Amino acid sequence: MEHFDLPELQEMARQIRRDLMKMLMISKSGHSGGPLGLSDIFASLYFSILKIDPKNPTWPERDYFFLSAGHLCPVWYATLARRGFIPLKELSTLRKINGRLQGHPAPAYTHGVPGVEIASGALGQGLSIAVGCAIGLRLDKKPNRVYVLTGDGELDEGQIWEAMMTAGHHKVDNLIAIVDRNNCQIDNRTDKVMELEPLAEKWKSFNWHVLECNGNDIEQFLHTIKQAQELSGKPKVIIAHTFMGKGVSFMEDDYKWHGVPPNEEQGKQALSELAPTKYGDFIEFEWEKQPVEVGAK
Amino acid sequence: MPKLQSTDLKATRLGFGEALVELGRENPNVVVLGGDVTGSVRTDLFMKAFPDRFISVGVAEQDMIGTAAGLAVAGKIPFASTYGEFAVGRPFDQIRQSLAYSDLPVKICASHCGITVGPDGATHQSLEDIAIMRVLPHMTVATPCDYHQTKKMIHASMMWKHPIYIRFFRENTPVFTDVSARFEFGKADTLIEGTDVTVIACGLQVWEAILAEEILASEGISVRLLNMHTIKPLDKDAILKAAKETGAIVTAEDHQRHAGLGGAVAEVLAEQYPTPQEFVAVNDTFGESGKGDELMKKYGIAKDDVVKAVKKVLKRKKS
Repeated sequence: MEHFDLPELQEMARQIRRDLMKMLMISKSGHSGGPLGLSDIFASLYFSILKIDPKNPTWPERDYFFLSAGHLCPVWYATLARRGFIPLKELSTLRKINGRLQGHPAPAYTHGVPGVEIASGALGQGLSIAVGCAIGLRLDKKPNRVYVLTGDGELDEGQIWEAMMTAGHHKVDNLIAIVDRNNCQIDNRTDKVMELEPLAEKWKSFNWHVLECNGNDIEQFLHTIKQAQELSGKPKVIIAHTFMGKGVSFMEDDYKWHGVPPNEEQGKQALSELAPTKYGDFIEFEWEKQPVEVGAK
Repeated sequence: MPKLQSTDLKATRLGFGEALVELGRENPNVVVLGGDVTGSVRTDLFMKAFPDRFISVGVAEQDMIGTAAGLAVAGKIPFASTYGEFAVGRPFDQIRQSLAYSDLPVKICASHCGITVGPDGATHQSLEDIAIMRVLPHMTVATPCDYHQTKKMIHASMMWKHPIYIRFFRENTPVFTDVSARFEFGKADTLIEGTDVTVIACGLQVWEAILAEEILASEGISVRLLNMHTIKPLDKDAILKAAKETGAIVTAEDHQRHAGLGGAVAEVLAEQYPTPQEFVAVNDTFGESGKGDELMKKYGIAKDDVVKAVKKVLKRKKS
């Protein structure tokens, strides 16, 4: 397990943001806003919270992490690369043919990425999967924890509420769900598309422990995760309040940045706002000219 | 006398429920998911025997597939079961992404399939499930023809490494397969040898075809009968051998005529050995309430329809 201290985590989160911008400039396709908003949470999960081994992604004692909102995967790929699951330079291959970094994630044993347990992209499925995984681990009396991250717009999906009921019914308390509450989805603000409030009360009424925090404040998020880990008897959800586009002034809190990449000029502007870190940027390479160097196909 | 005898009437769903209990004893990783119709699909037997390994998800088929996927990720061997229409119609997207694309070894066990579910009417008569499951990459699609074969198929599915869809039925139906016969996915059973025409049937139409063969044999027509219990991967060798040796094919199934067993067989023939084929299937329509045997006749998938189809295809056969 990595245990970065707070300044290291903050610096890693900034590096992940830089990686994201660079990846999206190279791919010219993909989601900017959500991934930027989640960089603090992903840095915290992979460099402090999750029990994982990048050298052995299917380590039986690992914590399981599921990304239900698959479109947020650029932040996952950047984090997995920084944590050593895939080579850093592979970040140049996002959404490119013959690559592993699919537009929405696929597991390693099909043609996706080590550390990805199952495909996601069609929304609303990850919570059920996490609940099933947690029940399976509990049947084996294993101590592994299960984490799942959903979007907030994603909560419009009916299957989410089915899974919430199932988790509450079975008192699945080795499960921590994190809701990325950035109030934005592709069409508009979430309260314009479909009102979710009172959100915390809804989860509570489905028999969950509910915690809330600022998901862009790493110290607060780590503290909240610790609280969640100590609660028992019910599944746990953290409603993590984040800002879409966090860290890039012209993207912040603007739903229009849900599903588009920055153009060259916007990308340069974004990188100028995100100071370089001690970890260094990944080296871009021309994937199309080296189609067999990395990747599973 | 038919060449194959019915020794008993028993439901395929009972074979499923009993096999689950046997597997539960054999392997502690076997888990069963229930969507509130456990008494009907006979997962109640497993629930009573292994309550800790029975997971109720309520009437929520999308969640059932997702939960099963998660259990598979955790190393369990999940069997998810409900009525056919709700097992694949409601959660298609979940099956596509979480099971097929992710290639997870979950068993979707669908009872009450086909028009023979009868009085419940069209909403409950799953006539499209073979088609919508067989188009999915990584998916295996199979349907047993009687109680014994259901048991064997469920046993064989336990260690299957890919997602699998198994289709069976509510009604008590003739038990006629040899209890000691070997079962293998993807290998058709040649139940009757013949030289004039081959009937390729699946599910309950295998028995209808056996009855039809008796009639046709009495008229001097030599019918080969293949029980095509696995629709994907399809036993192409058996189909091509039948086409070459008998020169005429009839397919029979309790399913829509488009894209089911008949469609799958036609794809093989069109590409590799064009051969006259007739389709005994529901003709692009929904069913209605009624008794199973009444509906089979009205919707054209009973023994007499097999007889008619054989005579029709023999007229088209190249001499």
